[in-house]
Amino acid sequence: MRAILLIVAILAIVAAPMAAPWLQFVLTMAIAKGLAALGVAVLLRAGMISIGHAMSFAASAYGVAFLARGGISDFGVLLVLSVVVTGLAGAVVGAFLIRYRAIFFAMLNLAVSMVFYALFAKLYGLTGGTDGMTIPVPTVFGVVLSEPTFKAVLFYGSVALMLLVGLAVHRYLDSPLGHALSAVHTNEVRLEYLGVPVWAVLLVAYIVSAVLAGMGGAIAGFAIGRVVPDFAFWTASGHLVLVAVLGGIGGVPGAFIGAFFLELLHTEAAAFTDAWNLIVGAALIGVIMFLPKGLYGLLTRSEVPAK
Amino acid sequence: MNAIIPLMLDTLSSAALIFFAAVGLTLVFNVLRVLNVAHGSFYSIGAYVAASICAFIVSRHLNPYLSFVALLFSAALVAVVLGPLIESTLIRWTYGKSEAVQILITFGLFLILEDLQRMVFGVQSFYEDTPMRLMGSTSIGGVVYLNYQMFLVAMAVIVVFGLRLLIKHSRLGRLVTAVVADREMAQSIGVDTNKIFIIAFSLGVFLAALGGALAVPTSGVAPGLGADTMVLAFAVAAIGGLGQIEGAALAALIVALARVLAIYFVPSLDAVAPYAAMLIVLLVRPYGLFGAITTRRI
Repeated sequence: MRAILLIVAILAIVAAPMAAPWLQFVLTMAIAKGLAALGVAVLLRAGMISIGHAMSFAASAYGVAFLARGGISDFGVLLVLSVVVTGLAGAVVGAFLIRYRAIFFAMLNLAVSMVFYALFAKLYGLTGGTDGMTIPVPTVFGVVLSEPTFKAVLFYGSVALMLLVGLAVHRYLDSPLGHALSAVHTNEVRLEYLGVPVWAVLLVAYIVSAVLAGMGGAIAGFAIGRVVPDFAFWTASGHLVLVAVLGGIGGVPGAFIGAFFLELLHTEAAAFTDAWNLIVGAALIGVIMFLPKGLYGLLTRSEVPAK
Repeated sequence: MNAIIPLMLDTLSSAALIFFAAVGLTLVFNVLRVLNVAHGSFYSIGAYVAASICAFIVSRHLNPYLSFVALLFSAALVAVVLGPLIESTLIRWTYGKSEAVQILITFGLFLILEDLQRMVFGVQSFYEDTPMRLMGSTSIGGVVYLNYQMFLVAMAVIVVFGLRLLIKHSRLGRLVTAVVADREMAQSIGVDTNKIFIIAFSLGVFLAALGGALAVPTSGVAPGLGADTMVLAFAVAAIGGLGQIEGAALAALIVALARVLAIYFVPSLDAVAPYAAMLIVLLVRPYGLFGAITTRRI
């Protein structure tokens, strides 16, 4: 039943831009934010809330912009290199931050991301300040594409990436390493007594989440064609957590359900109201209070009693 | 040498404003054990209300000294209207829940409050410097200072000592201390904890709104003020140790000094300074300068 639902959903996503071309950008952005929110969700499984994850998102987009300025023009190379750099940065930052728990983890992530934000907003000569940097249309495997063609390639590439990465993360969460995450949340000391190195479990999770946010950031950068420091502002990080929780952290599809739901609702709501944050804020509070498992929990709820 | 006095005064007056933004956050955390991400919004709402009331006073040609009363009155108004309402509906629901839930609920509240401000007050900035002009300026060693800056410092000092007096030497303060020390025990011997929570939360809202109101004459108010204030308040509260009022005062001085030094010597880094200070302090002392270290529970 769920497999059918998944296939129908993916077919609908792939077909949507053919019916309504304006949806292509909206859906590309939804995938980008879904990937980043998935990263946040991985950490949330260990009970660690990061209000600074937009930093990896922004870092990767800036990575693409800098590499493009440096003369690299191929889509695949740009994407892989910037995600690798973001992952390495995540490893360095994560090595320090995973020593902390709860509110201290949240606040240190916030601090690091705001240092990043302030630096990129202020170093005008290097980063263009608050104007940001442009990201040119890259070549794909050496082929020079027009902008509309590239945006289409980007969209279908993102869908494929979403499926591949979603599957990989699903496997990861289902592996002993992934299950150790929930164990950290339940009882960290017991895990240590069992001989599981908690720091390694968390460092891997932190790097995975940085890489996921990096993929999202690179895709968003390509889709918009510009990166600005606001990508890394703390409210952007808050929105990523919001997407993850709205969708539900019970499984990989949750983050994407949250992202698609929000992006589509946003485009619809923009037509008749500009009180968008009000709606999202109220929805967030409502979901936390009445649907603790998020929207994804609605789909999985029926299976729980059967256990 | 000549640079020292202006540097000190700038530091003190900006520390005063930063302190007002953070002290309510740290007070609320101390009593309620909730990190309120919407705290910055109370600061900006206080600023908007104060700017509106001051503008009303000026436009009606009332006694301009009323604008000082307006600053205090607007903060009290915001606290009385929003404090009990928000505590008794949203915040109370999060007691005993995980930090992630508390942060998300208050983040939702932050989004709602930001949009409400935009709908009520619009997107233009407000400037209302009547109180500052009324106080005039003083010249020290050939450099002109605004008396309002000194007034801000005096207000901050009054708040530090006032809060200390309130907590250590009043009946209410002792009840609050009892609730902080052991919530269940306090409740079982007849302390109305819900009332204490409402009072503590409203006091936090009042202090934030007062900070916003006092900032209007110097820097005005514009959209985005709440979000900017929030991170600054976080930084100060975290450096001082969450829940430590005197810690917040010292942390406000540190952050203000870092910022003023940056502005004097490396102007491009002024926005980085507060967060860099927070990062350095937290990496060395994760519980802040004055924070109590809690043991891990098995």
